Amino acid sequence: MTQPAIVATGLRKSYGPVQAVRGIDLEVRTGEVFALLGPNGAGKTTIVEILEGYRQRDAGDVHVLGHDPARHDRALRERVGIVLQSTSLSQYLTVEETIEQYRGYYAHPRPVGEILDVVGLAEQRDTRANRLSGGQQRRLDVAVGLAGDPELLFLDEPTTGFDPAARRNAWELITNLKALGKTVLLTTHYMDEAEHLADRVAIVVHGEIVAQGAPRDLAKGEHAAVVRFALPQSAPALPQALAGAPSANGLVQIETEQPTRLLHQLTSWAVEHQLDLESLTVSRASLEETYLRLTRDAERQAAEVAPPEAGSRRRRGRRR
Amino acid sequence: MNDALLVVRQVRYENRWFWRNPPAAFFTFVFPLIFLVLFNVIFGNNEIEVPGGTTNESTFYVPAIAALSVVTACYTNIAMTLCYTRDDGVLKRIRGTPLPIWAYVTARVLHAVLVGMLLVVIVVAFGRAFYDVTIPSNTMAAFVITVIVGSAAFSMLGLAVTTVIPNAEAAPAIVNFTILPLFFISDVFINLEDPPAWLDTLANVFPVVHFSKAMQTAFNPFESGAGFEPAHLAVIAAWGVAAFIVAIRRFSWEPRT
Repeated sequence: MTQPAIVATGLRKSYGPVQAVRGIDLEVRTGEVFALLGPNGAGKTTIVEILEGYRQRDAGDVHVLGHDPARHDRALRERVGIVLQSTSLSQYLTVEETIEQYRGYYAHPRPVGEILDVVGLAEQRDTRANRLSGGQQRRLDVAVGLAGDPELLFLDEPTTGFDPAARRNAWELITNLKALGKTVLLTTHYMDEAEHLADRVAIVVHGEIVAQGAPRDLAKGEHAAVVRFALPQSAPALPQALAGAPSANGLVQIETEQPTRLLHQLTSWAVEHQLDLESLTVSRASLEETYLRLTRDAERQAAEVAPPEAGSRRRRGRRR
Repeated sequence: MNDALLVVRQVRYENRWFWRNPPAAFFTFVFPLIFLVLFNVIFGNNEIEVPGGTTNESTFYVPAIAALSVVTACYTNIAMTLCYTRDDGVLKRIRGTPLPIWAYVTARVLHAVLVGMLLVVIVVAFGRAFYDVTIPSNTMAAFVITVIVGSAAFSMLGLAVTTVIPNAEAAPAIVNFTILPLFFISDVFINLEDPPAWLDTLANVFPVVHFSKAMQTAFNPFESGAGFEPAHLAVIAAWGVAAFIVAIRRFSWEPRT
């Protein structure tokens, strides 16, 4: 077994009185896609920026590819690619010129043609950055992150603000990276993204990791499935076995470990009473539900422990 | 990789970047010429006294505007572009690559100095072509060295001032506030023949007047010696060294607010 790409233990960071990261342990294995999930201001970016070497931690041990990122070693920067949240490339250079410039900073860059293929910008090679669409500019960001052929790539919210098609393309790109054997650490607040891409995820709330594991395993902590349907006005009360909670949009929602059995009971009951259950759906337990439950719980706890203003306090300027 | 090579390559990138925005590049070069033409239209035929004889204001304005060119190309330009690249996250991105941030900043400075020198050549050539200004040969070495010392010092000042500029929106206001008044009281825009003593004292605290005076001496057609102004050059250099120390100690790759 190869060494993990990233190991962090007891990581802490405060900005003045605000504890942004409160003692987290994290391990990212070589070759995996690892996602950090959490609400805005949870501390994701601070964690990533400490791992990238942009911020100094207050306490804890961190190893990134065997280096301490706080030392800002050039040897480490040769092996790591960083894609920041906001794009920051010259608008007047072409795609190829931009990639060439950044390739020039590395001892062993990846060939331009390969980078263009991986990010899917081969056709835009001679296009200036200011003529690219938002999604394409983001890909150019990723391309620049790949210029040095890094072993480890940091992607901070790679698809925020994307339309669904652009997001699908970005996912394909990240899948390509994994196929190349890269280790990817990404942050996102899209659950479907993490579920689709990540081998493992960590959910960060208020600077702490509240859950960590494969998306499927995390979702399993919940009930296996949720059945939702609209109950007609005229319908009699549901039998005890089928009792559910009303959901936000007026649908009845039943959480179950045995969806087949429950559906059988429900539909038998409906047929017996000659009812038509509109909007009937069965959905598998998802990471999103786990996520919502965990963040809700943590918010509640934080509100109980700390006075209200501390609970709603946001980390200072996320782009600092 | 060889750091010197990285810097040279980065200067080339800077150069490409500079010319890819033609309106910005164009006005960088036209701006000093506009001043040269305007001041000559307004004051050009006045006779002025210079050490050793009398000449007309054109002979004053060519070195004055050459000094202005160096100050704007180095001080103003470095301060502004660095604030913008800092706000845009370019510095942050560079910091994540193996390119040392000092190599990036050095390349930016070298490029600014090259632009400043090119401007000086253009201004002098323009003066020679349209205002019959003589280019003194015995002081040429002094002229070149004064330009080099000035470029270096004003580049360092450009770096240093970014440490008190909170963000790019504030950059033009702060940079202009620090430099425009000095152009008026430092024999750049106007040849002050008999300024109030306090104004003279105030101007002498700052490096601009020393730079413009050193440039005047190196451009004086009646100058019989080498045209060096060691005292003025020392003040400029001192400002440059102080600015360098501030820039090294307080430089930031991210916006201050």
